[in-house]
Formats: sequence, C-alpha cells, structure tokens
Amino acid sequence: MNISSVAIGQYMPGESLMHRLDPRSKIALSLVVVIALFIVKSAWAYAALGALIIGAVLASRVPIKMVIRGLRPLLFVMVLTFGLHLFMDPGEPIFRIGKIVATDRGLAQGLITVARLSLLIMATSIVTLTTSPIAFTDGLESLLKPLSFVGVPAHELAMMMTIALRFIPTLLEETDKIMKAQMARGADFESGNIAKRARAMIPILVPLFVSAFRRADELAMAMEARCYRGGQGRTRLRQLRMGALDVAALTLVTAYAVLVVVVL
Amino acid sequence: MSDATSDAVIEVRDVCYTYMRGTPLARQALTDVNVRINRGELVAIIGRTGSGKSTLIQHFNGLLKPDSGHVLVGGRDIWRKGVALRDIRRQVGLVFQYPEHQLFEETVVADIAFAPRNMGMSQANVDEAVREAMRVVDLDYDALCDRSPFELSGGQKRRVAIAGVLAMRPEVLVLDEPTAGMDPRGREEVLGEIRQLHEAHGYTIVLVSHSMEDVARFAERLVVMDGGTVAMEGSAREVFRRREELVNMGLGVPQVTALMAELAARGLPSTEDVITVDEALRALLPALLGASGRANEGEREGEVGA
Repeated sequence: MNISSVAIGQYMPGESLMHRLDPRSKIALSLVVVIALFIVKSAWAYAALGALIIGAVLASRVPIKMVIRGLRPLLFVMVLTFGLHLFMDPGEPIFRIGKIVATDRGLAQGLITVARLSLLIMATSIVTLTTSPIAFTDGLESLLKPLSFVGVPAHELAMMMTIALRFIPTLLEETDKIMKAQMARGADFESGNIAKRARAMIPILVPLFVSAFRRADELAMAMEARCYRGGQGRTRLRQLRMGALDVAALTLVTAYAVLVVVVL
Repeated sequence: MSDATSDAVIEVRDVCYTYMRGTPLARQALTDVNVRINRGELVAIIGRTGSGKSTLIQHFNGLLKPDSGHVLVGGRDIWRKGVALRDIRRQVGLVFQYPEHQLFEETVVADIAFAPRNMGMSQANVDEAVREAMRVVDLDYDALCDRSPFELSGGQKRRVAIAGVLAMRPEVLVLDEPTAGMDPRGREEVLGEIRQLHEAHGYTIVLVSHSMEDVARFAERLVVMDGGTVAMEGSAREVFRRREELVNMGLGVPQVTALMAELAARGLPSTEDVITVDEALRALLPALLGASGRANEGEREGEVGA
C-alpha cells in the first residue's frame, strides 16, 4: 500500500479557454448540460450534446486519457445497465444466448443509457479538471450566496470545503507516517480475515483522530488570532470576475442546450 | 573499523530510491548510497532537511524498498524471497520523529506491549519485556502502567513511545531526532538514556540528529548526507575538521569548535580539533593559566576551575 502515490483532486493546471472561464460559469454551464442530458430522449439530441461536451474537452487541452479515467469507477454500472437493457427490454430479437434473448430496442436503449452516463460524468469532470479546488469553492460560495437569505450558510459551507481540501494531503501524509511507525512495531495490515483487518486499523485510526483534533484546535486558534468571524464583511484577495468570455459562453451554450432540448 | 562483512549489522549497498516513481511528481531521494552500521557502534546521521536521512533509515528495516541496490541486515538481503520482514523489523527497531504521535492504546502497558505481541512473544515474555523497556527509559512501571498514554506529559509520552520499540528487544535501535521539540532537560535525559543503552546494554545505535553538539558528544562515527548521497563519513573529529564543506551543505560544526577555530585564528596555540566543551576547557586551561599567571598569579586560577 503506498499512499503517497494517490493523486489529490483532479485539477490539471493550464491556460486554456476552459481554464480561463469563471468557476461560476463553469458550474452553471455544467448544470445546464446535465439537466439537458436528463430531459432529452432522442439519439440525435445525445449526439448534439456529446459534440458540445467533446468540444469543451478539446478546448480545455486536458489529455483525453484523464477524462476517460474519470469514467472508470462507473464502468461496472455501465456494463450492468447496458446488459440489463439489452437482454430484458422487449423488442425484436437480434441474437440469443441459451434462453436469454437480446433485442434491438434493448440494444438502442442500452447504448443511450451508457451515452447518458458517460456524458454526465464528462460534463462534470471537465469542470473539476480545469478548476482549482480553491476557485471551485469560491465559485460555489458565490453561487450559493443568494440562498443565505433563506438560511443556507453559504460562506461556512465553502469555508468547510476549503479547509477539508487543504487538509486532505496533510492527513494522507500523516496516515502514511503512522502506518509506517506501526509497521515498524510489527503491525500487519495485509493479512487475516475482514474482522482481523478491521481491528488492525485501530492503531492507525486512533492516532489519526488525535492528530486531526489537535490540528483542528490549532487551526481554530490561528483563525481566531487573525480575527476570523465568518463571512460577514469579508473582502477577497482574488475577486471573481465575469468577462466577455463568460457572457459569450453562458449565452451560447445555454441557447444551444435549449435548442437541443426543444428541437431534437 | 573492520572489513569483515559479519561485523556489519546493517549494510546498504548502492541504494537508489525515488518517491512517486513514474509520476510527474517523481523526486529522487537517494542516489547510490552505501552505508554500513557495525555491531556495537553508535553512529549519527546528519544532514539538512531533505538530504535523505529519513528515507535512508526507512530502508534499514524494510519500510521502503529500494529501486535498485541491496539492503542487508545481519548479512541477509532483506528483499530476497523467504525473508520475513517482521523479523527484520524486530531486529532493527525504528523510532520515528515525534514517536508519541503513534500512541493509541488505552494504557501505557498495552501500548508498549503492542510490538512484542505482534512479534508473537508469549504473555510472560511480553510482561517481562515491557517492564524492562520501561526501566531502561526511566519510567515507573507501578505508577504508570494503568494510566492512559494520552494524559502523560510530553517527555513521558516520548519515553513510552521509545519503550514501545525497545520492548521488541531489537539488535539495532534507529532513532530519528529523538529529542526534537523537547526542552533542554528532557533532551539531556533522553540522550543520557540512549547513551546508557549503548554503553550498559550494548545496543547498536543509529541516531539522526540536527544538533552538531549532541553528535559531537555521543557519536563514535558520523555519516553526513547531502542531496541524497553520503557526502562524508568518519569520526566526529574528522568530519568537523571540514568546517567549510559542512557550512556549504547547510550544516555546521559545534559552536565550541567554531569558537576554538576563531581563537586559533587569533593566535591561541593548540586549540584545533576541539569538538566538545570539556575538550575546550582542557585545551584552554593551560593557555589561560599561563596568560593570567603572568598577569596575576594565583588569583584567577579558582575562577577558571569553577
């Protein structure tokens, strides 16, 4: 087990068109595309939205490999739903394996479902691939701000997300260190049944919790020492700014999506 | 230093290691490192932060696997098939930096017993090993055994953690900055216990340290790491003679060595090669007595002696 090889987040730094878009535009647009993907039914509509998403991927200059990698966790679900549609849907038989019959409508429906899932993931991961975690939470906070009037703690949510993101690498490093220290004392995390392995986690989890609480304590103190009192009246070093690019992207992409939904 | 391989408890041969190998973040930490730790020695490893000290000692007990090269413990290649890493980790006890961060059990005794239990010792042997380890690091068994390690003082926690490694009865004890973050008194006590382990109990000890004063006083041999390679090796006296090179590596010499070099430059004779305060006293006493004797016979003698 080597924790240090785990990549944190997905962000691929760059200067492309997609990178330059305001995070708010990217979040809003991915939402528009995701909603469109849920509404449309025809294959043509999927093709049109697929073209849009692939266009965005190309414009981001992120290696296609990275985008494909994002699909991997859902590969099993995709294969399963495709199989279910293919063999369970009614329709004209295409071929049969023993008693199980594959149908033409099943094939079509299966393909569409797989396309929908893949496009959903691609539409969202292109945002996380081109937006740094900090910019992402800034954008989220800004988008949630109107909701603070109905009691949604927008700033606090964003701050919690920022802190969590900030501490993921730190805690991973800490875990690695504690694991090694316990291994040096003969701990074994890799053999035995599930119950034994779960018990073997205790020597890692207890010190990890202790250190997480210690860090939380120190961080709270440091924040108070710098007079943190929530989002009220707080100004920002990095202001989010919508540019001509954002206006153009928002109008064109939204218009395109609406057109696809209405016409196709 | 003997050349016979049997004398070496740990032998590192041509070891290279790269963190995050095969990713864009790959960073080579060790390049062709050769180090021997001989039986019964007290060796100190020094080097600036990021010079590869911690990476090197994690090769000693098989926590890291070298990309190339070999690590031998007791003459056996630890990465050869059929070698149980658990045995290696028992033979080479490794105490990490801030070891108190690894405490997790409900009682002090249970925590110290974690390692010997993992090594498959019988209950009687575990008890015996725990008592002995606590005695060696100066912890009162009866007073502390049922206390939670989390309610102890910082110095006591550190001792419990060191005892937790000692209880395995290792042949070599490797300590990564055992006095980091401790107050002067705690430092002296822990260093005293380490010296005791070496002198009275015959432990082979590898000490990673940032304190030139400490290594000058305790270490029989120094290994100086720089940029992932062994830059110098030898007795403290030999190493600290190369002051300029050390300074260029972001290290230095004991303050007293620097002071004596300065005095020598200003014409005080026979003050070279001093690495501890005691030696400085012995070197300076005749000169001071001589000088003051000429100026004011007798009167200053008592002051210098005190």
